Amino acid sequence: MVGLISIVILIPLAGAIALYIGQPKNARTVALIFNALSAFYAAMLWQKFDATASGLQIVERHAWIPSIGAEYLVGVDGLSLLLVLLTSLVFPFAFSAQRIERGACALMLVMQAALYGTFTAQNFVLWFLFYEMTLVPAFLLIKIYGGENRDYAAVKFFVYTFLGSVAMLLAFLGIYFAKGTFDFAALAGLGKGGLLAGKLQWLAFAGIFLGLAVKVPLFPFHTWLPDAYQTAPTGVSMVLTGALSKMGVYGFIRLLVPLFPNEIKIAGPWLLALVICSIVLAPLAAWAQRDLKRMIAYLSINHLGYCLLGLFAITARSTSSLIDMHAALSGVFLQIFNHGLTAAALFYFVGLLEQRRGLRGIDDFGGLMQRTPLLCGWMSVAMFSSLGLPGLNGFVGEFLIFKGSFATAASFTAIAVLGLLFTAVTFMRAMQALFSGPLAESCGGFSDLVRGEKFVIVPVTLLMFAIGISPQFIFNIFNATVVQMARLFA
Amino acid sequence: MIAWTIYITFAGAIVLLVLPRVFARWIALVTATAGFAVSLATFFCDDVDLAHFTTIVRVAWVPALGMNYHLALDGISLTLVLVTGIVALSAVLFSWDVIDRANEFFFWLLLVVGGSYGVFLSADLFLLFLFYELVIVPKYFLIAIFGSTNKEYGAMKLTLYSFFGGALVFLGIIAAYVSGGSLDLNQLAQFQFAPQLQSWAFPILFLGFAVLAGIWPLHTWAPTGHVAAPTAGSMLLAGIVMKLGAYAALRVAMNLFPQGFQMWRTWIAVLAVIGIVYAAAVALRQRDLKFVIGYSSVSHMGFVLLGLATANVFGVSGAVLQMFSHGVIGALLFAVAGRMIYRRTHTRELDALAGMDLRHALPFAAFTFVIASAASMGIPGFSGFAAEITILIGAWKSYPLAVWITGAGMVLVAAFTLRALKRAFFDVDGESAAPSSASAARTDARQMPAPPAQITSSAERSIHLEPITIPEKLGAGLLMFATLAVGLYPKFLLDRIQPAVEAMRFLK
Repeated sequence: MVGLISIVILIPLAGAIALYIGQPKNARTVALIFNALSAFYAAMLWQKFDATASGLQIVERHAWIPSIGAEYLVGVDGLSLLLVLLTSLVFPFAFSAQRIERGACALMLVMQAALYGTFTAQNFVLWFLFYEMTLVPAFLLIKIYGGENRDYAAVKFFVYTFLGSVAMLLAFLGIYFAKGTFDFAALAGLGKGGLLAGKLQWLAFAGIFLGLAVKVPLFPFHTWLPDAYQTAPTGVSMVLTGALSKMGVYGFIRLLVPLFPNEIKIAGPWLLALVICSIVLAPLAAWAQRDLKRMIAYLSINHLGYCLLGLFAITARSTSSLIDMHAALSGVFLQIFNHGLTAAALFYFVGLLEQRRGLRGIDDFGGLMQRTPLLCGWMSVAMFSSLGLPGLNGFVGEFLIFKGSFATAASFTAIAVLGLLFTAVTFMRAMQALFSGPLAESCGGFSDLVRGEKFVIVPVTLLMFAIGISPQFIFNIFNATVVQMARLFA
Repeated sequence: MIAWTIYITFAGAIVLLVLPRVFARWIALVTATAGFAVSLATFFCDDVDLAHFTTIVRVAWVPALGMNYHLALDGISLTLVLVTGIVALSAVLFSWDVIDRANEFFFWLLLVVGGSYGVFLSADLFLLFLFYELVIVPKYFLIAIFGSTNKEYGAMKLTLYSFFGGALVFLGIIAAYVSGGSLDLNQLAQFQFAPQLQSWAFPILFLGFAVLAGIWPLHTWAPTGHVAAPTAGSMLLAGIVMKLGAYAALRVAMNLFPQGFQMWRTWIAVLAVIGIVYAAAVALRQRDLKFVIGYSSVSHMGFVLLGLATANVFGVSGAVLQMFSHGVIGALLFAVAGRMIYRRTHTRELDALAGMDLRHALPFAAFTFVIASAASMGIPGFSGFAAEITILIGAWKSYPLAVWITGAGMVLVAAFTLRALKRAFFDVDGESAAPSSASAARTDARQMPAPPAQITSSAERSIHLEPITIPEKLGAGLLMFATLAVGLYPKFLLDRIQPAVEAMRFLK
């Protein structure tokens, strides 16, 4: 008997195999069909999910390698479900961004399966398997299908992430030898009392922190990201930022914070300082970029920084009240979802510009508003969403994060507001360079959005507005989980 | 009922996007008229409690986080809603000639108007901030797409200043929310914030809002933004958007943090007085008519800030009255400069206008501008006088020195207004004492495209300027009526403003 979650994981894998064996002409269509299938099952998962109950639901548990305590244990709570839904959303979006070859389609489907697995696995061995399973397709996608400078970027990406993974694996082995379990729930229960003795505890903390910090990425472990995002094909960049970067944040929430509550409290100010660097410096770096993809890549660092700001602010002090924790955690979850949606949309638009122009430097365009008002209009919405304009999705998440963090870490939060400002400046500059001014000669032959593109953009944008205006339907997914986690962290 | 101003305006904006372009201006007109009518009807409706910020709509929005869709109304809000209605309607009338991408133009215009109604009626901090920031985007597009001189620069500068103010406001709102535990403005107004918190949260919040009100030295977005904007854009900016900042500073910053306000109010008064005098002095040296008016806006908004800083009933009521008054007068001045003059002559350079003998070419424009100038200078009988005298009475109680300096500033205001009026409409150079046939000779050949010899009389010269259209006359008439009505009978507004001001916490 195969459970619902396993079906969701297996469908993209089946798609990848089908693409490999069947060698169809229009690989993208096949991939999209499999996407629709997995989205359908993800929706069923959502429908079956009881939003009022806390704890894991729809659990599947099979013995796997009993000798090392590895189980096939998957299940969803609000956070996992949110990320499964996000993945189901980002992948079709990414596939529709551009025509891609059969091999790339297959690799992306493998990555999708691995992401579903990562977000639902509740046992470390299984989780780590899926976690690493994303790495190889991502590496190959950059290395084979990337643009200029792809070898360098792919190797850098691989080395960084792999080093982080190794550190994390070692840390978990240490924990396993001490406690004899890989089960997330069991480990979280043990976290308060300390998992390891003395210095080892700190080593384990550092190892897991490093692995996750590279993945998010957090300053100063971020340098692989602009290179990787810049060179990857549009669809891959969308997936990297929309779904893959969430694995790091998810890991922070699911592993690091529950497992090491005391260490987080001690190291809290330092962690927050790193987060503030991410939030404030990244948009400044983005401001200086001439390449649009690089610019958005840096802004991604900033947006994920907000997630970690909320998370660390409430866990670093024991004084935070439950209300603030609820606000901050809701904000973090929402921001995860929002960033996935918005950053993917931004890469999508840059992809559209690149398809039309062949280049994507900020100076290669100008006066597009006259030539392609629709493209500019919809792209502006995505930009405004990203800079956190009220009425769009980005604002709600950031507002809650700031609200929750302010109570415990007022000064850090106050500095982080600078990040909002710099992001706004960066986007306004980009908008001005691209959209207004005299029409650049090279953009004279641009076509505005065609029907297929509208078909993709309109629903995504409507979703941004929906979340911005009435976020309650998203909150409903994870409300119970937020309450439960706040109790765990407090 | 007044909540319908918001719904009607946003609904109109959406309808605009759907229907074909030929209907655009009519839809905008109907929408703006409806909004104005609703606000006017509420104004004359007696059974509304205007002394307190009375809830009119309250619907749970995100209950888990205490966010409500919560609208409320008192005399201050109502006054500003009314001026929004007046300015919006006249802005649509003065945009009657917009043909190019008219849908889009009126769409952005109505978004600004709808967002402003929203700010003036919000009783929930989150909602207020949402509407407040919502106004920024359409402003940017109105200027960047439809603007004139140096539009990209002006639009960008304005937007960045707005975002800067927005970031400060954001921080202040978070501080209030976290320590007060609520987003409800009425509840927060009851809450005793710690003095230490007030001492830093107040200046952040006030300054953030005051950026939009054009507080010196953060005013520089205003002149460039006004100049770059299309006529309706300048009218909305001067008439409504600058009021958003002043209103929110009063409603949120001052009312929530009374002790912080007491600590900082002298500094606000200092900045306000500098703003009044400085902007007036700068306006005196401008060569571009719209720049003159842009700086005059900063100067007039300085009065608003001075009134707020007095912290007594007269000063604050006067400030609210001045918001209304300047909304109407600023809109009128920009309408004349942008639509009546610039659209026809394609120049706003005072030196160039001086040679065109506009008083004969566009008598109605001259008439309107005389009225607007008189109102702007604070001639008794116009709303400007009523407002400024109330502010100065209030200031006399708190800061007598400020009244002396401001008095000097008012002379400067009169000076630059008269200078602009004279240069634009009534200039007669020394050598042109000769009769009208010789008047052509005085025309500066550099400025005039046509050779002076062909133009023998002012009447002939005016042929190429199309006459003032009906919508322009209607719009100007509406604004002139408003400033005169309030000037002659200010009690009409003050009766509604004063009780609401007296209910404010910092006065107790």
